[in-house]
Amino acid sequence: MNSSTQSSCGAPDKQSQSSATLHKDSPDPQPTEPVLSWGRYPRAEHRQVFRPAWNDQMPDILKAAAGSSLLPFGMGRSYGDSCLNSGRDLVQCHRLNRILGFDESTGVVRCESGLTLADIVAVFLPKGWFLPVTPGTSFVTLGGAIANDVHGKNHHCAGTFGAHVHQIALHRSDRGLIFCNPRENPEMLRATIGGLGLTGIIAWADIQLKRVAGPWINAESIPFESLKTFLDLSHDSNDLFEYTVAWIDCFSGKNARGIFFRGNHAPNCQKKFRAKHGPKLPFELPSWTLNRFSVRAFNAAFYAVHAAKKRRAVVAYDSFFYPLDSIRQWNLMYGRQGFLQYQCVIPEAKLPAFEELLDRVAHSGMSSFLVVLKQFGSAPPAGMLSFPRPGLTIAFDFSMRGEPTLKLLRSLDEIVQESGGAIYPAKDARMSPALFETSFPNWRDFVPYKDPKMSSSFWRRVTGLP
Amino acid sequence: MTNTTPPQAPNSVGTPAAGGKPARVKKIVILGATSGIVLEVQRQLARRRWELLLVARSPQRLAALQADLLIRGASQVLTYSADLSSIAQHNGILEFAFREFPDFDTVLLAYGSMHNQKDSQTSIPVLLEELQVDFVSAAAILTPFAAELERRRTGCLAAITSVAGDRGRRSNYVYGSAKGGLSLFLQGLRSRLHPAGVRVITIKPGPVQTPMTDGLPHAARFADPQHVARDIVRSLERRSPDVLYTPTIWRYIMTAVRLLPEGIFKRLPL
Repeated sequence: MNSSTQSSCGAPDKQSQSSATLHKDSPDPQPTEPVLSWGRYPRAEHRQVFRPAWNDQMPDILKAAAGSSLLPFGMGRSYGDSCLNSGRDLVQCHRLNRILGFDESTGVVRCESGLTLADIVAVFLPKGWFLPVTPGTSFVTLGGAIANDVHGKNHHCAGTFGAHVHQIALHRSDRGLIFCNPRENPEMLRATIGGLGLTGIIAWADIQLKRVAGPWINAESIPFESLKTFLDLSHDSNDLFEYTVAWIDCFSGKNARGIFFRGNHAPNCQKKFRAKHGPKLPFELPSWTLNRFSVRAFNAAFYAVHAAKKRRAVVAYDSFFYPLDSIRQWNLMYGRQGFLQYQCVIPEAKLPAFEELLDRVAHSGMSSFLVVLKQFGSAPPAGMLSFPRPGLTIAFDFSMRGEPTLKLLRSLDEIVQESGGAIYPAKDARMSPALFETSFPNWRDFVPYKDPKMSSSFWRRVTGLP
Repeated sequence: MTNTTPPQAPNSVGTPAAGGKPARVKKIVILGATSGIVLEVQRQLARRRWELLLVARSPQRLAALQADLLIRGASQVLTYSADLSSIAQHNGILEFAFREFPDFDTVLLAYGSMHNQKDSQTSIPVLLEELQVDFVSAAAILTPFAAELERRRTGCLAAITSVAGDRGRRSNYVYGSAKGGLSLFLQGLRSRLHPAGVRVITIKPGPVQTPMTDGLPHAARFADPQHVARDIVRSLERRSPDVLYTPTIWRYIMTAVRLLPEGIFKRLPL
């Protein structure tokens, strides 16, 4: 295909040329490599995908790149186009997955940016340490968790992932490798947390793990039948439970019925833990599989099962935090057209707006299952462009059915815009520049920290900048 | 790499976790430890608490591997930086291994290089370099290790060759002949060391998703390195087979490929 010389170890000197840089020589400027985000929409072609295996290859990649041409890519779990760079290049970081140091007295671990959270848990949970904050899937990289400043079920007491990052080493195209911590380059640290990969490529990061007794969670599930009950439950639980989240039935509109989940790490549970390996969805299901009837049936069944179930149980951490990780490639369920996630946050004072949002979804005939609802805490944002802020956040997923789906989402946008809410970039593939402005009014402050050689489809779409 | 010195890393000295220690900790010398094919093998060995001596060229990469493997459970990780393709450096490697890691019981040769076939059939220096890295230097470093294991009358010697060495094809015969030569070399070594009770494993992976194969057509369909690593680790721990094809399907594919008559095979655009 091209004149690549690869030596895995032996050949003199040639090794320093990374696999990636060598591909630069290929006389093939046409976008060729299809890379999909988790929502499988939009479909973007990339010019080339670099796959460095070592941090020492990064300077060459950055040096050879043109302006605004690169974007770091982890596991591709962002739903929309924030991890894509249509017509340009990606730097896939999954091979940068080494643990470089661990201090057992403090629980600070230094990892390369392509290490997945699943891998961190697999290594450190047996030693009695767990992630300070974890999103709903463990199949994200550390770099991705920082770049999206992800949140979890403990946002109300622990804030976002970025709040637990002590230091990062960042490859910049203009300044080489720089270290960012509260004393050195503190603003670059704040820009990189939630910076969507646009400030450079993270070489490694020091993160604070937290002590836990074991892999077990004392979990409770409580059915509720109105938004009011949900809020009461959430307020009451926030002081007593480290983790809270709710699932709601999207067909019930503003009289939201759902299940409230809450839990704490079980202090001393001697149950024997065995990691489970779930099945994998092998191919795309036909897109009619998920229709309003099947999803309505699923929602009713989900509610009935959890409402009838024992309220308290000791469950393994993986089924509590990562229920969907048990079906690998579940995103193929939405078929070839893919799907759109819609996650917004609305200030709690604007409760009627929130109810209106639920009503519009219920009456749209568009189905969404696993609608997730969570009350964010009031921790100050860790990054310049962090999404979490006080209020109620809700996430829907909708099969991509073309214009009708986009129209519904635009009508939801109106509510978010009017109530001064925000949309989560990691889930977005279509928000307007105006809504981005509402969501992140200070985004222009971020621009000076952007690496001149980084860009993304999302960035170009919402800012109009290169 | 940069002008700044990195701040102190969190104390990275791995302490092997407590718990049931296996009857005897296995000790392995890995030649070409930064090679893409063997990274996952090393992790799985670390999880099984093996002790490792890693040999590769780049000291920074070795340091990263050392930290990673210790945290993941390896009982001990030593590193030695040398260019394996240069036979002049072999003595240093051997001296270090015999002095600092004397009771190793397994040697795994994992390095290799694959040039584009077109380059290696038009440029004699490229051709010679390919043969030097993949065959000559490999045979040279394996010989003293083989002699040492034969003297001790125990242990295991393994090397990663390739399915490409099973039959010469127009698209890849230079790499193929070097790896095929290494396979024959191992076959002879196996027969020589058998009376001494030393095991010799020829590992023949099909195409695997590693930096070496990035950019080849259909690279996305190549085997997962984790799967290949599981097979390799299993073969290091057990007594069989002598020749490991991984993934297993390649044993059948290559049997069929070897059985095709030359008169037909030479006409195939493979």
